[in-house]
Amino acid sequence: MSSPVTVDGSNFEQFVMQSKTPVLVDFWAPWCGPCRMVAPVVDELAGEYAETVNFGKVNVDENPQIASRYGIMSIPTLIIFKEGKPFTNIVGFKPKAELKQSLDAALE
Amino acid sequence: MSKKYDVIIIGGGPAGLSAGIYTARDRFQSLLLERGIIGGQIVNAEVVENYPGFPEGISGEELTRLMHEQATKYGLETVNAEVTGFEVSGKEKVVKTSSDEYTARVVIITGGSERQKLGIPGEDKYVGRGVSFCATCDGPFFAEKKVAVVGGGNAALTEALQLTKFASKVYVIHRRDQLRATKVVQERALAEGKIEFIWDTVLEEITGGDFVQALKMKNVKTEKKSDLTVDGVFIAVGLRPNTDYLKDVVPLDERGSVLTNERMETGVPGVFAAGDIRSSSGWQTITAAGDGAMAAISAGRYLSE
Repeated sequence: MSSPVTVDGSNFEQFVMQSKTPVLVDFWAPWCGPCRMVAPVVDELAGEYAETVNFGKVNVDENPQIASRYGIMSIPTLIIFKEGKPFTNIVGFKPKAELKQSLDAALE
Repeated sequence: MSKKYDVIIIGGGPAGLSAGIYTARDRFQSLLLERGIIGGQIVNAEVVENYPGFPEGISGEELTRLMHEQATKYGLETVNAEVTGFEVSGKEKVVKTSSDEYTARVVIITGGSERQKLGIPGEDKYVGRGVSFCATCDGPFFAEKKVAVVGGGNAALTEALQLTKFASKVYVIHRRDQLRATKVVQERALAEGKIEFIWDTVLEEITGGDFVQALKMKNVKTEKKSDLTVDGVFIAVGLRPNTDYLKDVVPLDERGSVLTNERMETGVPGVFAAGDIRSSSGWQTITAAGDGAMAAISAGRYLSE
């Protein structure tokens, strides 16, 4: 069972930028309702893609610098990183089927 | 292989959830299909002050979460999926999603509405980069910045007031010289020092570099054009029903809303509609919930014939 890793300034470099496999990062905040809706979907995907994709969560309240580095102005935002760089930006709540399509595209 | 139910409810906002409470409690095998967020549009509201029973207000998210909990308690099943096909002409209705197929004798359409877009250049380009349709979601990213809200109704003014908690300045751009929001909300917005109203004005274009930097506006009375420097723009000009896929399925009015009678009947036997999606909608959480209950009662009568 895999679940998203809490990512912050101390491990962002190693977990996201140095990852050999794609990484999906869920940018969220406690006051954001739609973020709470996205969370269980991301948890499910973390389980389903455990072998091929790493999953992380960044609380934008606690990590404003990471959020602004990637131009996050709206949450929830999911960024799929490939080779340390943003590959796909997904803004707003999207159903699981759509997220799977984005993950599959990043794995090609 | 189709999964069989008595009732399929399409859309999990207050209308669908309310319908689900009623059909489940009458022991009809009920399935609710929701493609996005359970709770619908009202989940974006930080505080709902006009839903009866909550003098201190309640968050949209909590209110709808409780509705869902209530419906689930009585047996409503929920699946997170989008409806991709429909066949409602026969006695057994068929509802397809991308991965499954379901049948039921009754379908209750509660697919709700979505925020209307302005349809101007820059609007799509800058979504998530300065253009937003949700102040609760994105307000905190505009701390100490200047933002604009487009609209003159409750959503626009409520969002403007929410934004004053973060932004240094909030412009409310409205195409008329009068607001159409509830008086209580109007009073609050007009009294708020951080809010400046720009009347008789429409947006023509949203411009910027990587992010929004300015708005091109036009005064509809004088035809005079002007620019406004802002870091963000929140669009709250109204709602449109989610009915593109229902065009040849149920009768729609010129606006695209589903036509029903007072019993939420669409005219197609066994097909009902409730909430924002229907023609005489009141566009409120309580009217959606009321419609949903009504639709369920009508559906129950139909199923018992």
